[in-house]
This record gives sequence, structure tokens and C-alpha cells, in this order.
Amino acid sequence: MESAGRAWHQIVIDVLKANEVRLIPYVPDNVLKPLIAGIHADPFFEAFTVAREEEAVGIVAGAVMAGRRGMVLMQTSGFATLANVLASLPCAYQIPVLMMVSERGTLGEFNIGQAAVWRTMRPTLESLAMPYHVVTRLDECEFVVDRTIRQAHLTQQPAALILSPLLTGGKSVTPKVVAQ
Amino acid sequence: MAEILTTAHNAKRMYRFDLTQRLVARLTKNEAVVGGIGHTNFDLWSAGHRAQNFYMLGSMGLAIPIALGVALAQPDRKVFALEGDGSLLMQLGCLATVATLAPKNLTILVMDNGVYQITGGQGTPAAGGADYAAIARGCGLPNAGWAADEADFERLVQQCLETDGPHFIGLKLDDQGPVTQTERDPVQIRDRFMRGMGAKKSKLPG
Repeated sequence: MESAGRAWHQIVIDVLKANEVRLIPYVPDNVLKPLIAGIHADPFFEAFTVAREEEAVGIVAGAVMAGRRGMVLMQTSGFATLANVLASLPCAYQIPVLMMVSERGTLGEFNIGQAAVWRTMRPTLESLAMPYHVVTRLDECEFVVDRTIRQAHLTQQPAALILSPLLTGGKSVTPKVVAQ
Repeated sequence: MAEILTTAHNAKRMYRFDLTQRLVARLTKNEAVVGGIGHTNFDLWSAGHRAQNFYMLGSMGLAIPIALGVALAQPDRKVFALEGDGSLLMQLGCLATVATLAPKNLTILVMDNGVYQITGGQGTPAAGGADYAAIARGCGLPNAGWAADEADFERLVQQCLETDGPHFIGLKLDDQGPVTQTERDPVQIRDRFMRGMGAKKSKLPG
């Protein structure tokens, strides 16, 4: 797929718009900052913070059932709060709630709390049998994000997209070494 | 205006199923109703299924967020969230979100019996005096209040139907249990609700 010189977050915005995904509740994350800023700057989207990731899953579930698509943005630690509501709402009711998770806790993490909770993410997704994909490469970003969103809506299933530090650069130990 | 201010302490303790029936009887414009986990949605179901009802079977605490999502998706449809007190305690932050987004079409009804009735009536941690209407006002919903009695509840519901929200009504409940249980078929509940919202068209009957 041609990324045409676009950054990952611009690709995500373009794909969300192409798929009519408008409602973006989120709990912020440093790595997601440019995506969040781009979404807020575009009147196509309705974006806002929530107190907990669970709340955002409920909001998107309600909106989808009433005909408006949405995606929740969060970081790894936020995902770890979600097993109960994912199992009993979007999984049980088959509602295409989309999630985009900034992957913290791996590939150079400095915070042991993030590193510890990172270990729960894939086992949780696997045990929920929830479709997910890890985006690692800029040239695959459009294809993976677009197809995951489409499949979620076509099959009435929730799905998660994990943004690897390989794609985003992650949040580094020392800000000085982050290549911008 | 009322001469006596209704508070958490002097509000009449009412019967959940009666209140739910009174609410449903006033819905004439396909208003959406999201029933929270447990006895809250059992009594919504018992009041007579409507295509615009959504019954939660888990995800405790998410009745208000789900109703908020419906309200944002369809600003021209009035949406009611029926939530229990124990459930609201799990997700108090959502009141701040509602106040910030200020959806005009959303009404929150909190069914407060002070206990986890479905698990055997254990008291909630609000026994020390937490006042949900006061909490809602503190979150930025200035008109949040308690219904004094059944007649006051009917008046408040009508006000919610006729004026812009977001609205918040606290309801003190007696200790009576639910009438029946909701049929626990989540995919069918979702399918019917989407049709009720006009978000799904299908030639499959139902």
C-alpha cells in the first residue's frame, strides 16, 4: 500500500474518514498525541476524553447500535481494565466496537508498571477470541487499519488495532534519542 | 416551585416496577431506553418489550455510557438511561462526561435502593450518605434532583420529554424485587434494538 509520505497518524485519520468512523472517545496517551490532535482539528470527527476506557466502550457500543461508527483510543494499561465489559458487551452482543491501543511496555519501556501490564494484553485478546492486528510498518498501516475496520463492521465483531513502537517510535527512555 | 425541597432524605421510597411502567406509558415518540444490569432492566422488560429498549446483561455501570452513545448518534431522539445506584457507583466519572458533552436529548434515571438487591441485598458503599443527585450537580448537571413521589416523577419525566437536557432524576426505591427476568439473548436484543433505532434494515422477520 502506498503511504505517499504520510505519517502513521495521517494514514489512520484518512482511513477512519473513508470508513465513516466519526465518534472518538479516548483516554489520552503520549504516543497518540499527534493522532488525537489531528482528529480534534478535523470537524469530521466528534472526539472527547472519558474518565475510563470502559465508559468509552459503552459509548461506542451505544452509538454503533444507533447507526454511528466509533473507535476508542487508549494505551496498553487502559486495555487491561476492559476484560469484563468487552466480554459482556461487544463480544456477547456482537457489536463492532473498534479499539486502537498505543502499545506501551515493550521495546524500550522505562516504566515497569507499563512493562508488567503489557504482558496481559495479547493473552486477554486471545482469550476473548477478539480479532486484533499489530501495526508495525508504515507501508502496511493503511491496509491493516482499513481491512480490520471493514471486517469488524461486515462481521459485527469488535476488533483491536495495536500500534507498535516499531510504527510510532514509542515513548523512549530518554526523549533526546527519539527520532522525530 | 415546590415549597419543600426534595432531598435524598425525604424523597418517598417507591416501587421500581411501578415507576418503570409510568415512564414507559409516557413514551410516545419511539424514545430509546437503556436498562442497566440486573433488576433495573428486568423491570423494563416486565413493563412490556419495546423495539427501542436495550437490556444490559453484563458490563455493570455502562447504562449511562451506552445511552450517551445512542444520544450522540441520534440527537433528535430522546434517550433514557435507567441505572442502579450500585452500578452508577462503578462508573461515576460518566456523569462528568455527560455534563461536558451536554446532550440535549439524554435523561438519566438512577434507581436507588441502597443495596445490591440481585446478590442478596448487601448495602452499597454509599451507606455513609452519598447523595447521587448532589454528585451529579457536582459533576456539572445543575438541575439534578430527587423525585418526591410518583406524581412528582411523572411531572419530571414530562419535563424531560418537553425540554432540553441533559436531565438527571434520582429515585428512592422500596425493597420490592423485580416482576420477571429479561430473556437473556444478547444478539437478539442487539438486533431488535438496532431495528428499533432504524440503524438496521432486514428482511428477516423479527
